[in-house]
Amino acid sequence: MYLDPHVHAVSRTTDDYQAMAAAGVVAIIEPAFWLGQPRTNVGSFQDYFSMLVGWERFRASQFGIRHYCAIGLNSKEANNEALAEEVIDLLPRYLAKEGVVAVGEIGYDDMSALEEKYFRIQLDLAKEVDLPVMIHTPHRNKKEGTSRSMSVCEEHGLAPGTVVVDHNNEETVKEVLDRGFWAAFTIYPHTKMGSERMVEIVKQYGPERIIVDSAADWGVSDPLAVPKTAALMKARGLSDEAISKVTYQNALDAYGQSGQIRAGDWLDAAAVDPTEKFEGSGVLRGGQPPQVGKLGNTPMPDPGSDNLIV
Amino acid sequence: MTNPRAGLLREWLAERAVADALAWLDEKHGAIADGAPDSVFFMNYSAASRRFDRTPLALDESALRAADAAVPGWRPQAWEMMHTARAVLLCALPDGEAFAPTIDKLLDAADIGEQIAAYQALPLLTQPTRLVARAREGTRTNITAVFQAIAHNNPFARDHFEEAPWNQMVLKALFVGVPLAPIVGLDERANAALMRMLCDYAHERWAAGRVVSPELWRCVGPHADDDAIRDLARVLAQGDDDARAAAALALRTSPHSRAAELLSKHKELASVSRSWNDFA
Repeated sequence: MYLDPHVHAVSRTTDDYQAMAAAGVVAIIEPAFWLGQPRTNVGSFQDYFSMLVGWERFRASQFGIRHYCAIGLNSKEANNEALAEEVIDLLPRYLAKEGVVAVGEIGYDDMSALEEKYFRIQLDLAKEVDLPVMIHTPHRNKKEGTSRSMSVCEEHGLAPGTVVVDHNNEETVKEVLDRGFWAAFTIYPHTKMGSERMVEIVKQYGPERIIVDSAADWGVSDPLAVPKTAALMKARGLSDEAISKVTYQNALDAYGQSGQIRAGDWLDAAAVDPTEKFEGSGVLRGGQPPQVGKLGNTPMPDPGSDNLIV
Repeated sequence: MTNPRAGLLREWLAERAVADALAWLDEKHGAIADGAPDSVFFMNYSAASRRFDRTPLALDESALRAADAAVPGWRPQAWEMMHTARAVLLCALPDGEAFAPTIDKLLDAADIGEQIAAYQALPLLTQPTRLVARAREGTRTNITAVFQAIAHNNPFARDHFEEAPWNQMVLKALFVGVPLAPIVGLDERANAALMRMLCDYAHERWAAGRVVSPELWRCVGPHADDDAIRDLARVLAQGDDDARAAAALALRTSPHSRAAELLSKHKELASVSRSWNDFA
């Protein structure tokens, strides 16, 4: 049973959802990010946020995967000041919604003054609405960017235990853990972090406050990165408990502080969100068995069977 | 409460919710009714999820009768606490020029649960004619639970949709695989154009070798033309037990001269005692 706390599912296919469900991914968190190119108006942000709490949530549910999201203004687009102001005004309406587990992903890209300005505004917002924060650390100048991200969080009075610092590597992890933040690692096939390196990090630092994610998006990335890394950890002799912590429980504990994600959402069939009606008249039809609560070995919906609306 | 239907909703919540949640709701209802900025309405409509959960109201017969008396055809048997609280806030919106645009703005940024609550509450709101376009927009969704919030147990479409959108809604219910029986006004709004659309749809399904919902024939029977009668004869000859029983039920409602003749050829179906609700 896996929780992948960083997936840009809007850019993935239904094949990916099927493969994730079959591999035992029970829930994902989709942080708001850019689209690979900058948006030009606030309406594009609104439709994107609405998609994260609407259509994408439904699409995931059809494969038995619980979909949660983080809402925020990403660092790249924080550099368009006029647009950023409008997006900031929009955020409170989305942060109060069900299944929104964090403000994110926010932080630095170029470490510009505008990025810093909107990062700080959103940290205050997170405090105000009492949500955890998901930090995107920069791909360039990462070490300094990571360090500064944490310092700014501290300056704004956020408890390190409510902040997940993502996209770590061997160079950043020690400081993040030492300062009491959650340290997330994005497993990318070619860049960022590979599964082998991830195994070594967990061996060296132990499983406490370490989180593995795929950050699968429109680039070369692997939506099965979490289960695959777990399998490699098992083969390399890490304990089941340690594997469960870094691929499931730690993310649940970190984002569970929002009150918007609970294991019961997928474990307790009776607690399944009735508005999404997994059984009977809603998502699954034609005698198709519900996918929730029966993990890993359920028959997947057949995309040719007209049981899916996508 | 400005909208009398909100009183009924509040009464149901009062019997089930904790005092704190109810006090919160009364306070927000008051603020919105007094003309608070729409941001207050939007935020609290969302925040209702933090005070009320998804426990079903599980209304008893007398409550359901009261609902039907307040709004004929309104059947809130599947309503949940959270949706009900949100409906109370919707009912608080002042009945002015800003009313319909506020509903539009709400739904333009609503999550799935928020959409369900708003569409379920449509028959309780004032200015229904200004909400028809939004309701039609709601029936275009592919999120089945949202579609059902309008199509099922909700008299809004029966009371306010013209024939074309009504027919589209019924056909779409079949298309997305939700039952027809909970559609309020299904029999009274049956019409010849819908009959034709449904028979064409049945032919498409047959051509693809796929199952045709037996419920489809319910809206065909009363308006069946010669071609539709031939389709029903085909079902009687080739269908499975469910389909044959449905075709027999449909033929019983048909004034067509061949309907009785067909039924008499299939005496084994004369004793079918199923009702349309049995096919849902």
